[in-house]
Formats: sequence, C-alpha cells, structure tokens
Amino acid sequence: MKALCWQGKHDIRYETVPDPQIEEPRDAIVKMTCCAICGSDLHLFDGFMPGMEKGDVMGHEFMGEVVEVGRDNKKLKVGDRVVVPFTICCGECEQCRLGNFSVCERTNRNKEIADKVFGHTTAGLFGYTHLTGGYAGGQAEYIRVPYADVAPVKIPDGLSDEKVLFLGDIFPTGWQAAAQCDIQPTDTVAIWGAGPVGQFAARSALLLGAKEVVVIDRLPDRLSMAKACGALTINFDKESVVERLNELTGGKGPQKCIDAVGMESHVGSTIDTFYDRAKQTVMAESDRPHVLREMIYVCRPAGVLSIPGVYGGLVDKIPFGALMNKGLTVKTGQTHVNRWTDDLLARIQKGQIDPSFVITHTESLSNGPEMYKTFRDKQDGCIKVVLKP
Amino acid sequence: MANPELTREPSQFDEKAKALVRKASSSSARRISATRKLARGLGWFSIGLGLAELLATRRLAQMVGLRGREPLLFAYGLREIASGVAILASPGPKAQSVAVWSRVGGDALDLATLGTAASGPNPRDASPVAAIVAVAGVTALDVACARTLALEAQAADATTDYSDRAGMPSPPDQMRGAALDTFVQPRDMRVSPEVREGALH
Repeated sequence: MKALCWQGKHDIRYETVPDPQIEEPRDAIVKMTCCAICGSDLHLFDGFMPGMEKGDVMGHEFMGEVVEVGRDNKKLKVGDRVVVPFTICCGECEQCRLGNFSVCERTNRNKEIADKVFGHTTAGLFGYTHLTGGYAGGQAEYIRVPYADVAPVKIPDGLSDEKVLFLGDIFPTGWQAAAQCDIQPTDTVAIWGAGPVGQFAARSALLLGAKEVVVIDRLPDRLSMAKACGALTINFDKESVVERLNELTGGKGPQKCIDAVGMESHVGSTIDTFYDRAKQTVMAESDRPHVLREMIYVCRPAGVLSIPGVYGGLVDKIPFGALMNKGLTVKTGQTHVNRWTDDLLARIQKGQIDPSFVITHTESLSNGPEMYKTFRDKQDGCIKVVLKP
Repeated sequence: MANPELTREPSQFDEKAKALVRKASSSSARRISATRKLARGLGWFSIGLGLAELLATRRLAQMVGLRGREPLLFAYGLREIASGVAILASPGPKAQSVAVWSRVGGDALDLATLGTAASGPNPRDASPVAAIVAVAGVTALDVACARTLALEAQAADATTDYSDRAGMPSPPDQMRGAALDTFVQPRDMRVSPEVREGALH
C-alpha cells in the first residue's frame, strides 16, 4: 500500500510500505477514505519531537471503512464506517475508567521509554513517535487499529467524511480546551493561535456561552475565519496583545486563556521569541513557550490557562512567580477524545456545527509531501489540509 | 465592520498573483524556489560581469565597440556589482524583485550605450551588435524574473477571506450558549464561581 512516511526533518515521502495485518484479536484494519494533516504533525515534520524513525507512517487524524476485524472484536464489523480517535485506549485500565483516555496505562507499546521521559507512561498514539508506541499512522491507504473495540466511532449514514473527520482530533481538542475553562456567561476567553484547533476552540467557547471570545494570530486569513464565528481578533504583528486584552477587559485581563499554539510559537514579534529560537538552535531548550509566558502574564488572577497546544520537552523562563501568586489554574493534556465524541457527533447531526468549515485544501494522498510544506509555510491561505487516497 | 483589507475588490495583479500560487498549489513551493534560484544566478552573473568590467575594461571596451569610453564601462562595472550584491543580500521575494528591477534599469542603460556605439561604430572596434543581442536576452530574463518575484511576493502577502466560514447555522449572537442545553460540565474540569463564593460563608 501507499503511505506518507517520515524520512527525516522536512522530508515526508509518498512510499510503498507493507500492508497492515491483524496482530491482536481486538484489532481492526481500516481502509482510509479521508485523513488530515494536523498542526501537531508539523512538530514531527520540523524535527522538534524526539522519537521518530525513518520510514514511520505519519498521521493521526483519519477515518475510513472497516475491512477486517480480529476475532475478539465485538464492536465492529466489516463495512462499518468509522472515525478513529488519535488516542489509543484500552477502556479497562484505571485511567480509561476515569475517562482520562489520553493517559491510558496499557496502550503505549514503549511504556518503558515513556516512563523514563515523562515519569509515567501516556497512551499510545497513531503516527506520533516511538515515545507514544510507534504505531503506524493514518496517512496511508490502510491502517491497523489496535484496541479497535474501544475508541473508533461508528458514523451513521448521511454524514459526509468532511463533516465527521475532525471528531478524531481537532474538534474534540478545541472542545476540551474550552470545557477545561469551565466557561461562565461573564467570561472573556482569549485564544492564542487561529489555526484549526484555535478555530474549534473559539466556536466551542461561543457554544459554551462565553461572553466574549478573542482570537490572537498574525495571519489575516486565519483571523477572518475567527471573525466568522463572532470572535474579536488581535493581530500581534500590529498591536500589543497584553495592552489590547487589558483594554477589552477593563484592565483586568481575560478570565480564561487557551494556548492553541504550543511549542513552535512565531519568532519575531518579541525579544523572548528570538531568545527561545537561539536556545533551541544550540539545543539548550526544546520548545518556544512565548504564548505560555504571555498567557500567565495577562490572565486575570484566579483565572484558568487551558493548554491544548503540544509541548514536547523543556521550556525556559516561565514566570512561575506570576502563575503562583495569581493563583492560576492550569489545565492541559492530550485530548480525552472519547469523552466528547458521542456528544459532538450528536451536535453535528442536529446541525449545531459543521466542522468542514475549516477545510481549505483537499488533495490526493500522493500530494501529501507538498501539502506538508504548504501547510507549514501557511501558503495559499492554507488552514486545514484533507487528503484522500 | 468588515476589514477593508479583506473585502476589497481584487485587482488584476492580485488575480495573477493568486493564480500563480493556486494553479498548482502542490508545486508552488518548488516554483518559488526556482525563481529565487534564478535571481541568485543573476546576482552572481551581475557580480562576475561587473568584475570583468573593472579588471578588463580596455579589452572589453574593444570587444563591444566602446573604445574611448572606458571610464563609463568601469562605472557600469561598479553598478553591476552593486546590483549583484543587492540581489544576493535580499531576504525575500519582494526585496529581491526590487533588486532585479535595478538590473533591468542597468540593462536599459547598457542597451542605450551600445546603441550609440552601433550608430557611430569605431572602425577599429568589433561590432556592438552581438553585445546588444546578448544584453537584450539577459534583459528579457531579468524582466521575467523581476515580474515573477513581484507576483510571488504579492501572492505571499495575499490573504484569503474566510469570513463566511462560520461553521454554524445562525449568527454568533444566536449561537452563544447553544450547547448548554445538553452539555454537562465534567466534575474534574469545574472551576465554578459557586465554589469560590461558597468558601466565604
């Protein structure tokens, strides 16, 4: 079969790889009908996440048709149409029973490595380094889905792939980012990053009743998409984020702040971003945490910082004094996708939201390597790329 | 209020710029790279030609029919080097386009100068016609390169308007809180004000 394979930094190739096989009785093989490039795939593309090996199949946002099931899989049958969440979960461990699916204790095949790096393991993820299990990803014609009797979401007829594909990652990720804020009707929610997760976080915050949603970015096309859902926007190339947020909140700062940027914040707007870039170059720091610093600084005391943006390792110069003295609550983590999928699927079905709004480019899987560059460079108004076999 | 930057009518130049990128978005990165490679090639060519005009002024003057006008040729050599350095030092397609346009200006000056030599040739010199043909060819390349770079620069700056991409069936004010009818805030994600107020009593 054909797949997009990681061959090194900035080197994704459309290659022939062996077809996947059923390995465990609960597995399923899914024929991919639609997949996407996620912003967090760019951290792998740009070489910022450790643990990739040459030939690894990329992709963790995908859906398709079940073409084979293991003998113990009672949930799926051949022909089912499924969206597969990016977090692999067993459904039986203590964390899964608590609904903390992204930190499932059993699905990371490389638990020993994760234990050493993170202290304790997190869940296995599709196509996202050997630190999270080294599972082949979904930017491929076929994919093996382990523990396929737990996470995959069956999709009813009548809903297009484009409407439901993002149930596997960015929609629940934006939703959880907003839910973690425990939004109140008086809240101003500030969201850094108008990429796909930021867009879903903005819509989620609105649907969950935020008084005001403010989205921060520098690209006018992305800001225009944020404005479409009624968000106020701040272009950080043109104005001070801190001054503008304080102005919008009577000098008190936003109650809730969401970091939908993560480890690769833009270099160039402030001095600290150059500092981070320099330290990153000499490997004295792995991530660029400008957004974290700004959120901690501007957030209203006793407020909430929600961090769906992906961080990979070590950050520097975090104003922890401000964080502690202001009594901020930090909520973060990979998304517990299956906590939200049933509810969000119902919302899509009743027309409360149509997630396909975010798709700006649809290409064939074979064009994937070029689309990684287009997405990374934000060319041609690119916000979300969908790939089809 | 709509941002005029996002809603203005696209000009013909805008359309060309967008077309340049969209025609085959999958190959846009390669094409941009190729144009910028060409610009760098022209930069190095400019420096090489300039050095030749500085170091072999007399011989070159004979070859192109400009005997007796060596100081002018020497000055043109300095100009060529300046253009070449400017092209190579330009950080992006916009600045590089300006630098390549400076080469086009120099080409015009070269053609005018060679034209005067052709109209009153020194019988002891070679004919400038070959030089005119060569400069005209390079000028065409310079113009094409400068125009493409300008289009690419505008394409890079061009914004797409997604202000119709709400993804929701009703205006934002009507969608505010629409999910609260069935949404239950998870217990482990509650930071409710009731808890804080309760702590005072």
